[in-house]
Amino acid sequence: MAGFSPTRRNEDPRLLAGLGSYVDDIDPPGVLHAAILRSPHGHARIRSIDVTNARHHDGVHAVYTAADLGRFNQPAPLVVPHPNLTHGRTQRPLAVDKVRFIGEAVAMVVADDRYIAEDAAGLIEVDWEPLPAVVDFRSAIGAELVHDDVPHNVAARLAQMVGDPDRAFQAAAHVFEEALFIERSCGSPIEARGVVAVFDPRLRTLKVWDATQAPLTIKNGLANMLGLPEFNVEVIAPDVGGGFGTKIMLFFAEEVLVPWAAMQLGRAVKWTEDRREHFISANQERGQQHSVRIAVDADARILAIDDKFVHDTGAYTPYGMVVPIITVTQLPGPYKVPNYRSEFTVVYTNTPCVSPYRGAGRPHGCFVMERLIDRIARELRLTPNEVRRRNFVRPDEFPWDVGLPFQDGAPTRYDSGNYHAGLDLAEQMIDPTAFRADQAAARRAGRYLGLGFAAYVEGTGIGPYEGAHVRIEPSGKVFAATAVTSQGQGHYTSFAQIVAAELGCDPADVTVVTGDTSRFNWGAGTYASRALVTAGNALGLAARAVREKALALGAELLEVGIDDLELGNGRVAVKGAPGRELTLGALATASNPIRYAYGKEANQAALRLVKPREGAVLAAGEEPGLEAQRFFAPERATWASGQHAAIVEVDPATGNVEFLRYVVVHDCGTLINPTIVEGQIHGGVAQGIGGALYERLHFDDSGQLVNASFMDFLMPTAMEVPEIEVAHLETPSPLNPLGVKGVGEAGTIPVAALVAEAVEDALSPFGVRINEMPLSPPRIRELIEEARSYG
Amino acid sequence: MPDRRLVTVTVNGHVYKRAVEPRLLLSDFLRHELGLTGTHVGCEHGVCGACTVLVDDQLARSCLMFAVQSDGCHVTTVEGLAPSVDDLHPVQQAFWDAHGLQCGFCTSGMLITTVALLREHPSPSDGEIRAALSGNLCRCTGYQNIVKAVRLAAQRTDGRV
Repeated sequence: MAGFSPTRRNEDPRLLAGLGSYVDDIDPPGVLHAAILRSPHGHARIRSIDVTNARHHDGVHAVYTAADLGRFNQPAPLVVPHPNLTHGRTQRPLAVDKVRFIGEAVAMVVADDRYIAEDAAGLIEVDWEPLPAVVDFRSAIGAELVHDDVPHNVAARLAQMVGDPDRAFQAAAHVFEEALFIERSCGSPIEARGVVAVFDPRLRTLKVWDATQAPLTIKNGLANMLGLPEFNVEVIAPDVGGGFGTKIMLFFAEEVLVPWAAMQLGRAVKWTEDRREHFISANQERGQQHSVRIAVDADARILAIDDKFVHDTGAYTPYGMVVPIITVTQLPGPYKVPNYRSEFTVVYTNTPCVSPYRGAGRPHGCFVMERLIDRIARELRLTPNEVRRRNFVRPDEFPWDVGLPFQDGAPTRYDSGNYHAGLDLAEQMIDPTAFRADQAAARRAGRYLGLGFAAYVEGTGIGPYEGAHVRIEPSGKVFAATAVTSQGQGHYTSFAQIVAAELGCDPADVTVVTGDTSRFNWGAGTYASRALVTAGNALGLAARAVREKALALGAELLEVGIDDLELGNGRVAVKGAPGRELTLGALATASNPIRYAYGKEANQAALRLVKPREGAVLAAGEEPGLEAQRFFAPERATWASGQHAAIVEVDPATGNVEFLRYVVVHDCGTLINPTIVEGQIHGGVAQGIGGALYERLHFDDSGQLVNASFMDFLMPTAMEVPEIEVAHLETPSPLNPLGVKGVGEAGTIPVAALVAEAVEDALSPFGVRINEMPLSPPRIRELIEEARSYG
Repeated sequence: MPDRRLVTVTVNGHVYKRAVEPRLLLSDFLRHELGLTGTHVGCEHGVCGACTVLVDDQLARSCLMFAVQSDGCHVTTVEGLAPSVDDLHPVQQAFWDAHGLQCGFCTSGMLITTVALLREHPSPSDGEIRAALSGNLCRCTGYQNIVKAVRLAAQRTDGRV
């Protein structure tokens, strides 16, 4: 296979020219607009709902409550069941009798336009009986019940063990204990959610545009719920303006309500979420409290970890225990932890649902592990990086088995990596020795600089599988389709590069279609940093099959052996015989017995070589065309890794943290497009910085989200995110033909841990200890005051 | 029937006359009345900057203006920057070359903001670029390649944008 190189993105000219096609850009003829009435309470009983005034409002076509939905109003499927998820609960499209979080959908209005729909939603009268809300997950056990039939608000408990932690703790030279808290945040894609549905009552076909990361799963689920054949339902995720995990939910209420209403009304229906709705009705994540102990020997080698944590799932468990399971399995990170006990409790609260958000449980685990590394270093008077090096899995120790089942049920087994080399490189880039001199000089000048590192691994590219279809057209252009979606990850380019490398053509001549269920009908979607590993390899396999067809046909037409041919520059050529060649377009024409007069000169040349055949134009089992469909199912996750380092300056007077340098060493195996990989890392780090310093969802005691706007929920701007210096290691994965590993979530994972180490280092003259995230400026001032008062 | 007002707006050089409700946002007018969907709506409260357009050559949040307020104005949207997708504006070209976009949703606002910046400051410093972009949120790129794209556009255009 040819090597890969940076290339500009195929999708960009269209997006830059304002010709993107996002869900809200789609206005089918006669489309009606929906608005959702949402709960204004964190927790309340619905005594009654009166929609009379709303129904009589000019321009209103329908108002639906749970009563109108009848049997259609079923709880969503529990996507990832688990034996320990003893009290899993999922939400219905519209609330029945009780609401459990602010933003829960109560009624839907369909009207001539969005303005009228919102007016009418305001005319719906609900008689509420507010109930005490469970907001702080740390005290959810024993509080008011979120679900009347779930004792103690406990959805699940899971205890797991590797080795013999008790014995290891008894034998340990040192045991350290920490209590660590991670707040709740959210993905906040700049495009909020949206759904458009068109139903044809004559053909009984349904077409849905949905800003989702998993259109195929939505399609098959909708067909089942609506009583339609899967064959009659089409779901398209067109251009999607960011996802970050938020846009994969089975199902958000609107994803079933809008298609249902389109069927009821025989009209196209659209719903576009506004920002406030997104804050209160879309899923969120983070939110864990850990109590953790670590045992080490006299040389700082980790002997055992004992971690207990509480995980906040919000009002429902749409994703079961996926997030806390990822936390458990990823907590050991790049370190050898021979004995490990983990127990977690998943609790309900009266807050929006929790499901994976970029990082998906990993930033929490990384924060816990790296805080422990810092604690060991401080207690044993070593540098944190010395503790890291003594405990890293060594390159000769792969595959490394953590000893627990991963989120996909397969073993948590690291396939490859070189953590020592990564940390060495990060140190070379940031130069700790020079920094210590700068730090001392700065302190003499009254400035507080700090250096932090963090190391992580990321399980990526889980199954079950993805597939791809590749076809060469008579024009010589190549078309490839796969089920995974793109929310900005550059799939139209990196996937084209994979296909082009097999077919010996220009990536710009490969058009990739993603997330359109009528173009490719098998697969799962874009999540868990898996698209490149699964769909990328399927595309490579499909393109290779097409390549073999093209070579076989070329050999037949040019009357040479396949080994005498080479493929490049969009043509099949006889080696050492200039001019004896056929373009891919010519071969594509010749491969179809229905040729007619396509007219192209090259194609005509090919057709002159085609010899008449006796009998049927296709032999039994023979297929026309230069096309192939292939699938790739990884046996288990492949493990990316990285080491970040940063220099920060903390202003003790204001509590402000500024990054002076930020360095990333990252290893995601074979790089297909380094520019795109770096872009993913930049964005991931920016999101991590938001989570570490700014972003926190503030719920009041009644479950009201008091900062549900971009004015109050502070995401980093161009002023807060520094230049990020990225270096790549390439340790190919042995688990897939391309040797690739996922990269989507990587940048976010270690940032909170890194910021904690760097801020602690900067504020070491005050003796500040960090055991929580995020660190807002007022909180940093408080921590300094607390440290001072303890002396 | 709701009260409607006649507005005459010149958008990207074309004159449009429409009767609109006074409460219709300029962003909705551009997107759903005129079909110019390149202007995106990210927050509808004037913070994210995705809906940024030029109104009489001044930066404006089209989600914070009513269509009737643009009566008699000249509006430039992202569709007005380049004659075609094959002939991009230098700022668009620079964003392409520098990988200054990922999902593309904030991009229109970034492009318009950049055009306004470069008209005023033909060769801005990185600090000036970051300050100028600080009213536009991007959740994908971490801004680094956007800043790089603006720098590249400035080098190539020398303020002639």
